[in-house]
Amino acid sequence: MKYYVAKRAINVLLIVFAVSVIIFLLIRLAPGDPAITMAGEHASAETLARMRTEWGLNKPLIVQYFVWLRHALRGDFGQSILTHQSVLVELVQRFPNTLELSVFAMIFATIIGVFAGIVSAVKRYSFFDYVSMIVALFGVSMPIFWLAIVLIMIFGVRLNLLPTGGRLGVMYSITPITHLYLLDSLLEFRFPAFLDALKHLILPSLALGTIPMAFVARITRSSMLDVMSQDYIRTARSKGLGEKAVIIKHALRNALIPILTASGTEFAGLMGGAVLTETIFSWPGLGTYIVQAVSARDYPAVQGAVIFVALIVALVNLIVDILYSYVDPRIRYE
Amino acid sequence: MKKTLVIALVLVLGVSLLAGCKPVAKQPVTFVFAKGDAVELDPADVTDGESITVMNNIFEGLVRYKSGSTEVEPCLATSWDTSSDGLVWTFHLRKNVKFQDGTPFNADAVVFSYERQRDTNHPFHQYGKWEYWGWCFSEIAKTEKVDDLTVKITLSQPFAPFLSTMAMFTMDVVSPTNCNQWKDQWFAHPVGTGPFSFVEWVKGDHVTLQKNPSYWGTEPKIDTLIFRVIDDPSSRYLALQKGEVQGMEFPNPTDLPKITQDSTLTVLSAPGLNVGYLAMNVGTDTPGFQKPFADVRVRQAINYAINKKDIVSQLYKGTAIPAVNPIPPTLWGYNDTVQDYSYDPAKAKELLKEAGYPNGFKTNLWAMPVSRPYMFDPKAIATAIQADLKQVGIDAEIVTYDWGTYLQKTEAGEHAMCLLGWTADYADPDDFLYVLLDSDAAKVGSAGNVAFYRNATVHTLNKEAQMTTDLNKRIDYYKQVQQIVHDDAPWVPLAYATQTLVFAKNVKGFVLYPTGDYHFDTVYFDTSK
Repeated sequence: MKYYVAKRAINVLLIVFAVSVIIFLLIRLAPGDPAITMAGEHASAETLARMRTEWGLNKPLIVQYFVWLRHALRGDFGQSILTHQSVLVELVQRFPNTLELSVFAMIFATIIGVFAGIVSAVKRYSFFDYVSMIVALFGVSMPIFWLAIVLIMIFGVRLNLLPTGGRLGVMYSITPITHLYLLDSLLEFRFPAFLDALKHLILPSLALGTIPMAFVARITRSSMLDVMSQDYIRTARSKGLGEKAVIIKHALRNALIPILTASGTEFAGLMGGAVLTETIFSWPGLGTYIVQAVSARDYPAVQGAVIFVALIVALVNLIVDILYSYVDPRIRYE
Repeated sequence: MKKTLVIALVLVLGVSLLAGCKPVAKQPVTFVFAKGDAVELDPADVTDGESITVMNNIFEGLVRYKSGSTEVEPCLATSWDTSSDGLVWTFHLRKNVKFQDGTPFNADAVVFSYERQRDTNHPFHQYGKWEYWGWCFSEIAKTEKVDDLTVKITLSQPFAPFLSTMAMFTMDVVSPTNCNQWKDQWFAHPVGTGPFSFVEWVKGDHVTLQKNPSYWGTEPKIDTLIFRVIDDPSSRYLALQKGEVQGMEFPNPTDLPKITQDSTLTVLSAPGLNVGYLAMNVGTDTPGFQKPFADVRVRQAINYAINKKDIVSQLYKGTAIPAVNPIPPTLWGYNDTVQDYSYDPAKAKELLKEAGYPNGFKTNLWAMPVSRPYMFDPKAIATAIQADLKQVGIDAEIVTYDWGTYLQKTEAGEHAMCLLGWTADYADPDDFLYVLLDSDAAKVGSAGNVAFYRNATVHTLNKEAQMTTDLNKRIDYYKQVQQIVHDDAPWVPLAYATQTLVFAKNVKGFVLYPTGDYHFDTVYFDTSK
């Protein structure tokens, strides 16, 4: 077990390292001079030269990379060119926002997805099966920005039930403790603020959770079907177990591994900050941060954010790996 | 038993009705505006429009632009005089003005605000980058206190546009006490003298301001001003439709027709301080120079050949108006007697024939790789111009590079014709006519004047206008420059991009400034209906 975890952890480090090299090169190979972008279109040659020296843009690429790596290993991702603030501090401030949204989206996706998948598998070729699989097909193929705008138009504007974006109504303000608004408002026993924060979470979670939900539903269905045709299910049935017990205790447990992998991967993806969903719902998370940084050619910010996201994605994957080595002991020995 | 219950109920109802009739205490008025997030909140350190909008409502400078205009009027200074050589400007400050933190506004505050940017040894200099100071204020040699209410600013050379630059956000006066208290965190805790004071800034979410009760000027009509961060223009529009916000900037051009038809909304739109243009390279010393462009008849022919009206109405999607002069009509000094070249391909052909090119010629047209408000869709615009030129026999090949390279190469004059544009930093014709069309700006390799247009009379007039502080004389000089540039036709002025804001119908009192500044102290809700 220890060996297994260590192996996976080394994997994580390698991945993050590879990502750092790739993102570093990608940014620098992209056309456009960050000095010109920042200094304005008619900045003098002296200003540009000064800015390039200041940001080390005039040194060879490889030198730039190692200077950056040395600082990054100490947790210093540099200063944002745009805001002059520490990139790490800005990322850490925004991370809880993305965490809150993705956890919510994932809860929604897993509950509905697993439930729909099981029912579809058990009642194969029934009306419910067809409907849920068609809905799932729509779910995976729908452009998320379109779905998000449609959701806002229906529930936000027409029915006037939910807010169109943001994390909290302007009449509330929450003292940030954990920066997770639901938790913070509860810690201060402020229920109206809690309800308002919850309302703000619903639409973006729906928009963000739809693809994972559809994905989870399809995986659950096929995995369940696979398991249901196994010998041990026939054995369980023949020894007279009730159908419920057969499905929940014997089938679902064995079908869980692919579902766990799928949800884990999807969740890791969500944690990276949902660029489109966050932009449309004005959610101040990692996704909107990356969009801003990219459009401003804020090198340190883009680099820092991408590494940060890569680290989170890799860590979530690691946790999922460890989790299912518990669920299925065979995996450890592979 | 039942009867008593009924009576009791009626009583309760009656009392509650009466209670409803009592005059309600005046509710605090909150106005929410949707925009992008601020980057930082120090007026001298910001460079982006989103931050400047917030700054404009918290801070003030010694002078300001008149409501809705580009003319300068007194603000924290009540009057000023200039030495005869134009080098020393003395400002007399307004009495009894207090910062929002209660400390007095005086000469020390002005000196602190400016010297922290200029003087590298100033204790507060380390806390900012002060980029705009380097770009626009390098001619200021020193700011000194004469007495508590008098400040003397010395320039290194006479520069009349100085007064216009003084109305920029960079020259807003900050509270020294507050700066020294917060040091490097000051950028998140702004204190000025303006109509609104700062309450909180939740990054990526909103900035809240409240009415400054001790404001020296007219009190704002709203109590709380909230800037809500909504980056996506379509989401802004949805939030406005729903009433979560009462105003927004930069609507999606594709949403504009729908917004204009919506009877619950008001659209405000006016040209900003910018121009998009096509420059023809007349610099014989540049690598890209082509002989036909040396002939003024060819340049005029190109002006006649391009169907500007159609290009602007079709390709800018209602976000711009056709340009006539190098400066926009909202800026003082605009010459409205200049008649634009009409769309007249026949006339163009005739001129080309006179110039010795009856069958046209081959050339190139450079198109910017990025979209700007003044050049909404450069590729499409270039293609349209190419087609128009083809009509009169000119065969222009479209060339493009990545943005950084594009700027470098056009500044070095490698093009024959190129598309570019300009957004002014301060409201002065100098910031267009000198930086874009003067011979001083036509240095090969670092040219702002990418037509490499060098006219001695234009240069003399531009210089004269920089030296004199007499506004009427300056207006006269700039009008002459515009007429000469029109006749010489080194450019085809294409478009002035408009700034567009949308408000809920009951929002009144907002005034558009050509500089793109938003001031919310005059905004109120019309409750008559």
